[in-house]
Amino acid sequence: MSEWVKSERQVERERVRRSRARRSASIATASTVVFIVLVAWGITSSPGWPRVRETFFDGEQFVAALPDVLEGFLLNIRIFLISEVLILVIGLLVALARGIRTPAFFPIRALATLYTDVFRGVPTILVIYLIGFGLPALKLQGIPTDKATLGIIALTLSYGAYVAEVFRAGIESVHPSQVAAARSLGLSHVKTMRFVVVPQATRRVVPPLLNDFVSLQKDTALVATIGPLEALRQAQMHTFNTFDYTPYLAAALIFILLTIPMARLTDHLAARTRRRRGA
Amino acid sequence: MSLLTPGKLTIGTDKPAFEPWFKDDDPSNGQGFESAVAFAVAGELGFDRSEVQWSTVKFDAAFAPGDKQFDFDINQVSITPQRAEAVDFSKGYYTVKQAVVVSEKGKFAGANSLAELKDAKIGVQVGTTSFNAVRDVIQPADDPDVFNDQIDVVTALKNDQVDAVVVDLPTAFYVTAAQVENSKIVGQFSSTGGTPEEFGLVMEKGSALKSCVDKAVDALKSKGELAKIEQQWLGSAAGAPELR
Repeated sequence: MSEWVKSERQVERERVRRSRARRSASIATASTVVFIVLVAWGITSSPGWPRVRETFFDGEQFVAALPDVLEGFLLNIRIFLISEVLILVIGLLVALARGIRTPAFFPIRALATLYTDVFRGVPTILVIYLIGFGLPALKLQGIPTDKATLGIIALTLSYGAYVAEVFRAGIESVHPSQVAAARSLGLSHVKTMRFVVVPQATRRVVPPLLNDFVSLQKDTALVATIGPLEALRQAQMHTFNTFDYTPYLAAALIFILLTIPMARLTDHLAARTRRRRGA
Repeated sequence: MSLLTPGKLTIGTDKPAFEPWFKDDDPSNGQGFESAVAFAVAGELGFDRSEVQWSTVKFDAAFAPGDKQFDFDINQVSITPQRAEAVDFSKGYYTVKQAVVVSEKGKFAGANSLAELKDAKIGVQVGTTSFNAVRDVIQPADDPDVFNDQIDVVTALKNDQVDAVVVDLPTAFYVTAAQVENSKIVGQFSSTGGTPEEFGLVMEKGSALKSCVDKAVDALKSKGELAKIEQQWLGSAAGAPELR
């Protein structure tokens, strides 16, 4: 048997494909370069550029502020790691509570609905303000005085409402036949939820959940309003000392460096889900 | 002379404008120390009261690059060499000292030296020189809490979220007299130790107005006008014990 060789037509086809790929790659590169050059030229030739470069891109100020901003950022990380766990718990509980159909538990359902309505409606920064200054004003025993803790409570309340809605959407997306099948196997409502519905729902909502967490990571900066020295506040203090805005840029960069991996992970998981469904 | 609005002198300050620097949150009424100083400077520059207009400028907008919404800004801004690289300051119109306010019932009510405040949780307002003063002079064990504005600083003191707050002395008198019941000033201290800290009017870097404004401030000083305004609006702000 003679060895398989590509037909002339196939060789030609591949050649054309390669040359087309090369061509589109070089066009993409060229247009990107032109685009960057135009934007850079547009910005640097604007009349205010020298002043903007001085106040936003001052290397010395960047280096001076970075250690403090990084130190503040450790607090941001602590805040969001703790709140993320609490938010998952609260969000799932509230979503489940909204799904209860037993009449006797109506108050719980109503309370869960009220909670999501209120905390999704109120801007996060307001929740932080009200919790951060309102709770300590009660001067009750056992109310935390630590500002980061108050911030975690506020963020958990606010994001718990969003995440509850994400979970609810996931739970409702599980086909009713799944519930019917589980019930007909003799599983109780609780077991149906635990072994059949929630696992499927959770898998479906992982990308939107991660998206909410990216958002949460940024919003830890809002906790600055109630006192603690987190990254944004550290940057702000440098800026107010020197009247130079570069420290803000340092803070922005650190936040981006943290949220980009998270965003890529979200993309990756979404793509994997699509592949698994055979789309 | 190039002005923001021809024929008018536009003066910026933040909102809300606090006592004793302004009165009734209305800079244009000429009442309160900084309002009075602003109108006096305007008068020296040859502007009638009706030719002065006020514009609301957030603290950080006063030094942001780009077009300024004021000819000069008056907002208790302390003159520092670093800040002077980004904006022009007039000559100082007020020498300021930092003061420590505590709750009368708190455990620091009896403090009479800086060393006794080392263990206190202290609150300051962001953007003020108070933070540096606390860190450099008091050197407390914990970093101070930093709040967005004066109201939040005061609220934190009321709520016992902080043991003490550090503000400039005139503000301290206002806090104890009008804002927080059962609070008291334990004393004042110099923030730098060396050169006295002064408030200056803020102008755009390279402002053509600077030399005129400097002359106006000097004239008000030599005529005793500044001292008179200070006596009228900040008169009570004297005689707090010196903390060392």
